[in-house]
Amino acid sequence: MTHIDKLHDSSKLLRVEEAVVNKFKDSITHSAYVNRELTMVVRKKDLLKVLKYLRDDRRFMFKCLMDICGVDWLGKRDERFDVVYHLLSVHKNMRIRIKVSVAEDEAVPSAFELFDAANWFEREAYDMFGISFENHPDLRRILCDYGFDGYPLRKDFPLVGKVEAYYDNDLKRVAYKEVDMPQEFRRFDEQSPWEAMTGNATLADNPNTFSEEEFK
Amino acid sequence: MGVITKVTPEALVSEGESALQDGMRDKGYVLTTVDDVVNWARAGSIWPMTFGLACCAVEMMHSAASRYDMERFGTLFRPSPRQSDLMIVAGTLTNKMAPALRKVYDQMPEPRYVISMGSCANGGGYYHHSYSVVRGCDRIIPVDVYVPGCPPTAEAVIYGVLQLQKKIKRTPVFKRQAIEKPQYAYKDGEKAPYTNREKHVGEV
Repeated sequence: MTHIDKLHDSSKLLRVEEAVVNKFKDSITHSAYVNRELTMVVRKKDLLKVLKYLRDDRRFMFKCLMDICGVDWLGKRDERFDVVYHLLSVHKNMRIRIKVSVAEDEAVPSAFELFDAANWFEREAYDMFGISFENHPDLRRILCDYGFDGYPLRKDFPLVGKVEAYYDNDLKRVAYKEVDMPQEFRRFDEQSPWEAMTGNATLADNPNTFSEEEFK
Repeated sequence: MGVITKVTPEALVSEGESALQDGMRDKGYVLTTVDDVVNWARAGSIWPMTFGLACCAVEMMHSAASRYDMERFGTLFRPSPRQSDLMIVAGTLTNKMAPALRKVYDQMPEPRYVISMGSCANGGGYYHHSYSVVRGCDRIIPVDVYVPGCPPTAEAVIYGVLQLQKKIKRTPVFKRQAIEKPQYAYKDGEKAPYTNREKHVGEV
């Protein structure tokens, strides 16, 4: 047993898991306690109920919403996005992660009525992934440029973007034009020296390029 | 022990200064050019605008703080573009910030100079392939001096200011123009042909 294990009381989080799974049998599709972290996947329609329960129950008191993130599963799952909620209980010294899955044309119920912090987090998720939130008071972009086109953290968004800014001497203002990259993005990966030396990427991918017999 | 036995005042002043002192002692006046005087004044009081965008701004603050003390070179940070001669673009310039940067630059009175500080301002740097970053602030405003580094040290920033001083000192203040002389010779008693007065004065 390591020092951290002594500090960390895993039974606390396991009790949370047991209580939530018992109370919302049909809502929790998946629950896992891995690396001292508890993650639960919730059905979208019951998300607010579960969050409210975690926030208000005297045994848990997850009163802090630390973050809301998005995940893009383009081409890997039917429901394209995951929305991940990170909760903190200062009172009980616990953290929990709640996930919901949502398709591209669906909306997630906004957690703003439960946590004020959800306001900007959901705006950020909307800005970066285009995930929409139902009953959000002010759902608009928060970080990207004014008039930005597209959702930059989606997997199908080009890395360098679509437009770049420059100063137009005729218009006398900053204008936008299509991205023109003279040099393509290169991945300087130290794991595959063969790619840079021979220009043949398959050499690096194939583990049998040099057989053990050859070296004997 | 290296004891300095004799220090003359003449040994302490540079060649140029002693020439100036000799001229003053001998004749009571010194001859120079308007270019030299104006550029001496401009280079000796470069007031930069505080325009910190990222971590480079911290190094820029170091260069102004007591250890390096940029004010030794007459470089005094101002909070307003209208009181500044120099803009130090210190940090990552994003697309969203670009119109604001240009607006602030346009508000500076001429002559105005720009130092691009750090990799991000020079050419996008670490964020060169980002969708939201301008790949070099020279796409938005004209740059005089580029200071490399990520971030550049305070010494490097000061060196950049000194390089800018050099540039200012070798820039002529007036645009000079050859005076057009009449192409033909005129006879005695004939009036000189009318020429445009402005051409003689030259454009300032």
